[in-house]
Amino acid sequence: MGKNLFQKVWDAHTVGILADGRTQLFIGTHLIHEVTSPQAFGMLRDLGLKVKFPQRTFATVDHIVPTIDQDAPQDPLAAEMMQALRQNADDFDVTYFDLASGKQGIVHVVGPEQGITQPGTTIACGDSHTATHGAFGAIAFGIGTTQVRDVLASQTIALAPVKVRRIEVNGDLRPGVYAKDVILHIIRLLGAKGGIGYAYEYAGDVFDRMSMEERMTVCNMSIEGGARCGYVNPDAKTIAYLHGRPYVDMTDFNTTASRWLSFASDADAHFDDVVKINAAEIEPTVTWGISPDHGISISENIPDPATAGTLLEKESIDEALAYMKLAAGTPIKGVKIDVAFIGSCTNGRISDFREVAKYIQGHKVAAGVKAIVVPGSQIVAIQCEQEGLPKIFTDAGFEWRGAGCSMCLAMNPDKLVGDQLCASSSNRNFKGRQGSPTGRTILMSPVMVAAAAINGCISDARELFHLENPANVA
Amino acid sequence: MALDPVTQVSGRAVFIPGNDIDTDRIIPARFMKCVTFDGLGEFAFYDVRFDSNTGEKTNHPLNDPRFAGASILVAGVNFGCGSSREHAPQSLKKYGFTGVIAESFAEIFFGNSTTLAMPCVIATAADVATLRSLIENDATTTVTIDVENLRVRTSCGLSVPVSMADSAREALVSGRWDPIQELLDNDAAIHARARELYYV
Ligand code: SF4
Repeated sequence: MGKNLFQKVWDAHTVGILADGRTQLFIGTHLIHEVTSPQAFGMLRDLGLKVKFPQRTFATVDHIVPTIDQDAPQDPLAAEMMQALRQNADDFDVTYFDLASGKQGIVHVVGPEQGITQPGTTIACGDSHTATHGAFGAIAFGIGTTQVRDVLASQTIALAPVKVRRIEVNGDLRPGVYAKDVILHIIRLLGAKGGIGYAYEYAGDVFDRMSMEERMTVCNMSIEGGARCGYVNPDAKTIAYLHGRPYVDMTDFNTTASRWLSFASDADAHFDDVVKINAAEIEPTVTWGISPDHGISISENIPDPATAGTLLEKESIDEALAYMKLAAGTPIKGVKIDVAFIGSCTNGRISDFREVAKYIQGHKVAAGVKAIVVPGSQIVAIQCEQEGLPKIFTDAGFEWRGAGCSMCLAMNPDKLVGDQLCASSSNRNFKGRQGSPTGRTILMSPVMVAAAAINGCISDARELFHLENPANVA
Repeated sequence: MALDPVTQVSGRAVFIPGNDIDTDRIIPARFMKCVTFDGLGEFAFYDVRFDSNTGEKTNHPLNDPRFAGASILVAGVNFGCGSSREHAPQSLKKYGFTGVIAESFAEIFFGNSTTLAMPCVIATAADVATLRSLIENDATTTVTIDVENLRVRTSCGLSVPVSMADSAREALVSGRWDPIQELLDNDAAIHARARELYYV
């Protein structure tokens, strides 16, 4: 029997088996940011250790960077964290894409765009959305700060392998249905804890047709489905995307490319579980509650606790509706919004902004709605400028900002205030996630966020923008 | 590096209601603006312990004087989901928790906690419900997580089986919960592996 990609990559990176039975796994690429790394460097200093493979760690600053006047945070704690990363990168000889480099951005946008993210590799970062890099056929997962220390000191971590669930989505996506809807739908079906103990392999013709950026959107939210990581098998698109990127060695690229492809799951590979989904059933999906699996299609009503199957389910709907201040059994469409956010490591890439810009010309953000657009990296920002996108957004009444995580988790000045409700292209709708302890988040695709911004309420983008052609999945 | 084996932890317990308690809930992101983990304890569950408008204490169980000083946390399904932030188990540990019993755990949280020598064991929904009513009826009940024998016992005589990944149990009871020394000891194997990986 053949092997799946997870097994191939795992085997290729196994250093040995530890006394407690876990695998000592070699981490080929280590990404770090300012929030979860300073304590790890502190531990390293306390133990008198060095970074074993400094050329395999790459740093950038994203979570606390302001999106207005990026390099001048008003918050002294933010300035201290940025300074600490600078110091650690210097002291330990680690590559740092800082603000002045022109390459700074959200770590999960920077890795792929620099070509650091490559098929058949292991990638770890003190950040759960490291799963994003799985779009390239890498085994990429989030780790804790003590493990960041382990990777710095030994380039390895202790980890037990997980099972692999293949999620096949076949058929044609309907017009106005995006990669974001696909993953929100998967999480709705399998649950926020459905993936515990698993890596997700996304397969089938929907993922085959997706661009690399769309695959990143899907893999990004694997963690919201509880999976340790998610991946798409590398193919010709993966290779075309990486060709010529700064960290891709172009000497004998053909050999490299065939090596990459060899990591794809074998045709007769074993999977611990297989789930099949019909693409035609997926609708534009939005969340209504406080967990990413609280998803419904835009035309559905908000769940009614009275129809819950179990007491636990009823309690969880009650809790979510009380927090969200939404009425049971009523349409989600038409719920008034205060803020619209387009950005994050889920949907802050060039294709996201291009797609939205196609539809918003001639429209205006509704009065009273604050709408902000935040490119995922400085390189994405420059690309947008070259294509004239910022003007399209600002003409329509959106604010155009500098690169960073921004309102995805609000460790910077971009925050919800009070119980503001935000239509957001990010990945988490947890209580308080967007910076206000009572702030409310509804997750959706960037085009749906734009529609909500323009109508001032949760809307069906297909109606507003007359989306008739199949979603662009070139 | 000789570490203390963690064979059991015990103390009074508190039940935190709700499923899918995420790490943003355990430690809100704004408290992560720090370059050390010191001082995180006081911010554990901050936004559910204090009313955001008034700053007043809420009726959260951690504000209930009966549960003051509790060191065992009991919770529902998918505890610790969301962000990988080690700040979450660090804040729980610094708050004074020594172990967690839940119906299930998110994996990164589980791994982070094990590395901090804070055992996380899985109990059935029925046993969690029983534990909950025991500690809510009598907050002086002592709850023991027996890591070695994978049981949870209470001072009132309850004894139920719990589960935990073999590797984590082994790491805790043998005092290898922080693997750094073992990882470093395999230096030759690490370099051999690196040489075989074309891209390193
Ligand atoms: S954009 Fe959001 S989810 Fe992504 S790395 Fe930043 S804070 Fe985390």
